[in-house]
Amino acid sequence: MSIRLGGIIAGLAITAVLVLWSLLPGAYNYAFGPPAEKQPSYAFYEHGDGPDGGFAFDGAFGKWDVAQLQRGYQVYKEVCSACHSLKFVAFRNLQELGYTEAEVDAEAASWTVPGIDPATGETTTRPGEPTDYFPMPFPNAIAAAAANNNAIPPDLSLMTKARHDGSNYVYDLLTGYGEPDAAKAAKVGFETPDGLYFNKHFPNVNIAMAPPLAVDGQVTYADGTQATIPQMATDVAAFLTWTAEPSLVERRQTGWFVIGFLLFATALAFLSYKQIWAGLKPKKK
Amino acid sequence: MSFAWAKQYEPQTAFTKWIDEKLPVPRLVYNAVGAGYPVPRNLNYMWNFGVLAGFFLVVQIVTGVVLAMHYAANAQVAFGTVEHIMRNVNYGWMLRYAHANGASFFFIVIYLHIFRGFFYSSYKAPREMIWLLGVVIFLLMMATAFMGYVLPWGQMSFWGAQVITGLFSAIPLVGEPLQVWLLGGFAPDNAALNRFFSLHFLLPFVIAGVVILHIWALHIPGSSNPTGVEVKQESDTVPFHPYYTSKDGFGLGVILILFTFMVFFLPNALGHPDNYIEANPLSTPAHIVPEWYFLPFYAILRAFTGDLGIPFTDIALVPAKLLGVIAMFASILVWFILPWLDKSPVRSGHYRPLFRKFFWVLVIDMAVLTYCGGAPAEEPFVIISQIATAYYFLHFLVILPIISQIEVPKPLPFSITEAVLGGTASGSTSGGGKVDPETVVEGLPGTATDGSLQPAE
Repeated sequence: MSIRLGGIIAGLAITAVLVLWSLLPGAYNYAFGPPAEKQPSYAFYEHGDGPDGGFAFDGAFGKWDVAQLQRGYQVYKEVCSACHSLKFVAFRNLQELGYTEAEVDAEAASWTVPGIDPATGETTTRPGEPTDYFPMPFPNAIAAAAANNNAIPPDLSLMTKARHDGSNYVYDLLTGYGEPDAAKAAKVGFETPDGLYFNKHFPNVNIAMAPPLAVDGQVTYADGTQATIPQMATDVAAFLTWTAEPSLVERRQTGWFVIGFLLFATALAFLSYKQIWAGLKPKKK
Repeated sequence: MSFAWAKQYEPQTAFTKWIDEKLPVPRLVYNAVGAGYPVPRNLNYMWNFGVLAGFFLVVQIVTGVVLAMHYAANAQVAFGTVEHIMRNVNYGWMLRYAHANGASFFFIVIYLHIFRGFFYSSYKAPREMIWLLGVVIFLLMMATAFMGYVLPWGQMSFWGAQVITGLFSAIPLVGEPLQVWLLGGFAPDNAALNRFFSLHFLLPFVIAGVVILHIWALHIPGSSNPTGVEVKQESDTVPFHPYYTSKDGFGLGVILILFTFMVFFLPNALGHPDNYIEANPLSTPAHIVPEWYFLPFYAILRAFTGDLGIPFTDIALVPAKLLGVIAMFASILVWFILPWLDKSPVRSGHYRPLFRKFFWVLVIDMAVLTYCGGAPAEEPFVIISQIATAYYFLHFLVILPIISQIEVPKPLPFSITEAVLGGTASGSTSGGGKVDPETVVEGLPGTATDGSLQPAE
């Protein structure tokens, strides 16, 4: 009895503290206090929907579009890599994009990576090899910040997994640049500070990155695809989905096999369960 | 322990006879999960989750030991070694996704197991010790899962470690030095990462040890059952093997289909994208949220927003943070006294009309707390989580003791056999249905002639 009495007293005491000191002041403040301040930028944020028609890898049966990944790699190489690293990806991984071994060798050699002079031991640079990882565009974080108005360009290896709905996010961000509604901006006193750029799909709408895909035809695709801004954004978003999750397609294919096996095994388990119990079940009256 | 009619292990071959004399492990297994363990014949699917929890503990240990072979607990490289596992280790992505989602599924089956215990009052005499050990396992799981989440050294890892160890800084006088001692520094860094890895490797084996005690304690009174009426006769039971091994096999198949669906198709759905950003002490995430299985308790922690002070003065006796920490720990510790708070002699919620309603309110309350724990700390979520927190404590500490005094339970069946076969039917196994139900007074609490029901106070 004493445990229950103590419990009731303790329960009522906890509730009293919660209601009298937290709930009531909070509710009073919510009802009569000043409304919570929202930054004016919230009014300008728009949620994007990704590229029209989605990606080839969408859905449980989606597959890589190898030609698109190669185009996306080209966009990364010619545009993004000026500022953004890809440190968890090695040149050898490019074979998964459909390049032959010789093409990977040549592609790796087209990059310059840090090296050591074999004669003197001094640091130098050399052409990349398939075993090398993509090089860092800046020697260190301070240099990266200094060159980019104090904002460090993030590594892109995992970008599409580091944001909600990341593949669509990358596409939306690259196509979200523009100007805010001038009348609305004047009304709420919103402005984009110097050195930042308005982007309606960036969470606080002022982003330090200058529009990386500024004009149609910024890259020239080898396969003749029209390099419009949405096309380049879709391609590079697909490429960055591959860098973040190279095992995506293999994973789903394995998954179908595993689940197919388990459905079969579970059906057998169910039948043996029913058979074993059959003798015990009462006859329904 | 066990019932008089339990089958005895009989070694058949010379080799098993020799083993049985030297180290009777086969006999132990036979009596624990084999034909030698008589189990109530009426267990429903809610009784599958103990075995499934054991299965996921094994999944976590096996995948975890292999992951540890490729991981390095060093703040400089930890994030990179996780990516090394994902990209370069053969099927490393499968191992890691199985481990991450395995933790979630471990908690899913444990929560179902715990709520099974709530509904059928599995904590009541004579099974209090099983319940207490279960709560210990749950606390160990929470500690293990928290430290495991720190190891990838992403943003949520780092800031989660900062926030959770920061809870200890709420303790008066010793709080701040205690947090520094726990972390091995003023902020999470190499020292913290290393000790968390060490403990994350150790604790699952401690859990396995307590699980053995949990099962040992279970085998003394035997399993409970959905009627809450104790086993009286041989016809009330069936041998664990093959009856429940086959049923558990089917349950295992179903949960594995759900588990592999998450692993292969939605591996990151239960995680947070911020943990794919490497830990950065200089950049605080917009919303620091723990893993989903901690959210109800996180909501209780955050529900206390006001210092406990003297009204209309600035004198604060207990800061809000300390109140939240106390409430969060109390919300689980209250389970330790649950067997003595709910004194109704009837176990099963099926025969407790009032209790059953409040049970479902508690389920909804936990769902609300989970939602609010993941929501940003702004209105109306704060007020909702405060109401839900108040109900949580009222449920266990006030409502359960009062219900058990005032509730009029429905009549209980005389025996499990009667509940399964109905009326005066005789059991299909030997010894069943020999007692005339007419001689028993409606099976009201405390009135069973053989005293097998827990007597009313």
